Amino acid sequence: MDNAISVVGLTKSFGQAKALDGLDLTVARGEVHGFLGPNGAGKTTTIRILLGLLRADGGTATLLGGDPWRDAVALHRRLAYVPGDVTLWPNLSGGEVIDLLGRLRGGLNAAKRKDLLERFDLDPRKKGRAYSKGNRQKVGLIAALASDVELLLLDEPTSGLDPLMEEVFRQVVAEETRNGRTVLLSSHILSEVEALCDRVSIIRQGRTVETGTLAELRHLTRTHITAELATPPNGLAQLPGVHDLKTDGATVRFQVDQAELDAVLRQLTTHGVRGLVSQPPTLEELFLRHYETEPVR
Amino acid sequence: MTSLTGTGTLVRLILRRDRVLMPIWMLCMALLPMGLASGTASLYPTDAGRQGYIDSLAASPMLLLFYGQKPAEPSLGALIFWRSATGIVIMGLIGLLVVIRHTRVEEEAGRRELLGSAVVGRHAALTAAVLTVSGASLVVGVLVALGMISQQTPASGAFAMGFAWAFAGILYAGVGALAAQLTTGAGTARGIAGAVLGLDFLLRGVGDVAGGGLSWLAWATPLSWVYKVHAYTDDRWWLFAICAAVTVVLAYAALRLSARRDLGAGLLPPRLGPATAPASLSSAFGLAWRLHRGSLLGWTVGLGVVGGVLFGGVAKTASSLLEGNGQLTEIMERIGGKSVASDIFVGGSLGIGAIAVAAYGISAALRMRTEEAALRSEPVLTAGVSRLRWAAGHLTFALLGPTVVMAATGLFAGLVYGASTGEIGRQVPRVVGAALVQMPAVWLLTGLTVAAYGLLPRLSPAVGWVALSLCVLLGQVGAALQLDQLVLDVSPFTHIPHLPGPAAVPATPLLVLTALAAALTAAGLAALRNRDIPVT
Ligand SMILES: Nc1ncnc2c1ncn2[C@@H]1O[C@H](COP(=O)(O)OP(=O)(O)OP(=O)(O)O)[C@@H](O)[C@H]1O
Ligand SMILES: [Mg+2]
Repeated sequence: MDNAISVVGLTKSFGQAKALDGLDLTVARGEVHGFLGPNGAGKTTTIRILLGLLRADGGTATLLGGDPWRDAVALHRRLAYVPGDVTLWPNLSGGEVIDLLGRLRGGLNAAKRKDLLERFDLDPRKKGRAYSKGNRQKVGLIAALASDVELLLLDEPTSGLDPLMEEVFRQVVAEETRNGRTVLLSSHILSEVEALCDRVSIIRQGRTVETGTLAELRHLTRTHITAELATPPNGLAQLPGVHDLKTDGATVRFQVDQAELDAVLRQLTTHGVRGLVSQPPTLEELFLRHYETEPVR
Repeated sequence: MTSLTGTGTLVRLILRRDRVLMPIWMLCMALLPMGLASGTASLYPTDAGRQGYIDSLAASPMLLLFYGQKPAEPSLGALIFWRSATGIVIMGLIGLLVVIRHTRVEEEAGRRELLGSAVVGRHAALTAAVLTVSGASLVVGVLVALGMISQQTPASGAFAMGFAWAFAGILYAGVGALAAQLTTGAGTARGIAGAVLGLDFLLRGVGDVAGGGLSWLAWATPLSWVYKVHAYTDDRWWLFAICAAVTVVLAYAALRLSARRDLGAGLLPPRLGPATAPASLSSAFGLAWRLHRGSLLGWTVGLGVVGGVLFGGVAKTASSLLEGNGQLTEIMERIGGKSVASDIFVGGSLGIGAIAVAAYGISAALRMRTEEAALRSEPVLTAGVSRLRWAAGHLTFALLGPTVVMAATGLFAGLVYGASTGEIGRQVPRVVGAALVQMPAVWLLTGLTVAAYGLLPRLSPAVGWVALSLCVLLGQVGAALQLDQLVLDVSPFTHIPHLPGPAAVPATPLLVLTALAAALTAAGLAALRNRDIPVT
């Protein structure tokens, strides 16, 4: 019961194409969960199933303790959704859309609405067709963030926002989570994920390939080491966890699996370390490794 | 000219996108006169018979309004050119709709931008749209001509007629191109261009019906030139030069406007809206009201008030024309059943009004599809609104909107007609009743569209519009083609009793049609509840 979202073995096909192929996803209450994966991996499809817009072919999905398809209307009052491409009615003003969506959900927080309009620097009087892409996105964000809901489902919510607004978004989401809100955030912006998310799930071709905290995920990747040694090394290549070893006289460059780091460093010091540069795995590397199209484990 | 770079590619893109729709409308339009000619030829094989037929039709100002001045001679070709004039208006309508579909609609959807950034000149899209529609219209014209020649009518007249049809499409393609530059919304552009066509039609009609000091009106508008070609009698080929010149001017003006404005912008600047929503915009129904109120108002004024007054006004003239003409009355009774002649005209014009209202009902129902395809249903459906409630908002307008428009048409027709005969109290309820009796057929078409929307969302626009076109075709030419009653019975309008009239209203067909409409609507909604949204 303490999971806001719990998805097991979800499958969904569009005609011949399999969009989801046994996807698992667990989001605890109160956490910001990053939902990552290459284009076409099935993120939007999953979120639409969670919203009761699409019907899953198989597997189970539970959202805030309810069934997303059967209890859709009741659940929607407790959540807000921002798509990656907010489309507005051409002849409704932004302010009207924000109010309408808030009222449909059972009322919105007027103080928050005002505050968000200021912080996102949005003119609510413009008609839908007159907004730029980023400003349309802001209308969707404000409509979602101004209602006091338990769960936010955000599907690439910041696409098109400028860096200043991206920063505002991060602050606002951080404040929301302090108030106990749960967030599922699908994003391609890794710095955003790093700044906001407690845990992440990485999916590919409709399956979950990795899930955990960022620290745990980092653990699964390699550190780059460059070492200047007193004597030329030997036996280094035979150590488990060492990859791409290059020796240039007494200087060695290699990558090492996080788990084997300790043993490898011990071996290095037996050769007399004169200089050492170690680079932790970047988030990009971490994700690229999962995104690359090697067959799923 | 680099501003036209890529026009050829865009023409191919349009042909590819319209590869189903375009052949359908082209074929329908091309076959219409030929079918009419073959039917008429067997019904009225002699000049004397045709002259009688022409005289009987021309006695009705209502029909003069549609067909223009009657032909000077009763040859088969001349009769068909005159009798099928509705086709000219339809060609114009198609021309403007297709051009707007490939210009402003594309721009509004942001797809023009994608093309504009590719190697495509800034005038290419507009030029391609106008060229494609003109080409298609010319093909229809040639097919019309060949069809008429196959009915043993003279070739010169057949080609004059074919080109008249073609130029109706071409001229209003130009009007559509111009309208598409004025506003940012495709709906408004359609409204402007459609209003121009409607006004042209009315002015020309008034000129033809009123004659005398107003007859110059029958020469005043682009549409009237096409009518005045008078194929098979006058064969005024020189009018085509004027048509071509005016089209070039329209297209040039549209290109100049499009060069002066930004992509996505119109000439009429967008205004600011309110910063907060009014209390009325708090529910799915409130949103539906905002989205539908403009078209409801437009239809109520356009068809309800203007059309109603026109129908009612013409009815009086019609009855006075018929007075003392026993032979004519007899002919009219044969066509419209045993009723007073004026009743037949009122009933007939309300029948035409019902077709228009059905178009409104279908387009209002298809608004759901537009909303879904533009991903605008998603925010509402994820904000605590059930699918049924969302659909109910739109269906209120798709089912009741046409009813309101039809009631208004009946009311104003009845008022004007009653005022002219001095019996308002009697005529208003009769004519309103005659208007509302059409509703079951209108609802059936709306219901069919809703069913298609639930079950086959991608095909729903095609289903709705093809069904309506079929009804128009069966109603307009079905009898002349001597089609089997079973075929005619396919159109729900066939089952609507002829009112106002002395006969008792049979309740069964009305109840059956209404029940069918309800069943189709329910089937559509049930399917909508169980399917994926959005289907794109
Ligand atoms: N309505 C649909 N019809 C057919 N195929 C679809 C439909 N919606 C999604 N798909 C397919 O399902 C797969 C998953 O798509 P989805 O939109 O969920 O990906 P995503 O992870 O959100 O990608 P992105 O990062 O590009 O947003 C894709 O292969 C896509 O082509
Ligand atoms: Mg997506």
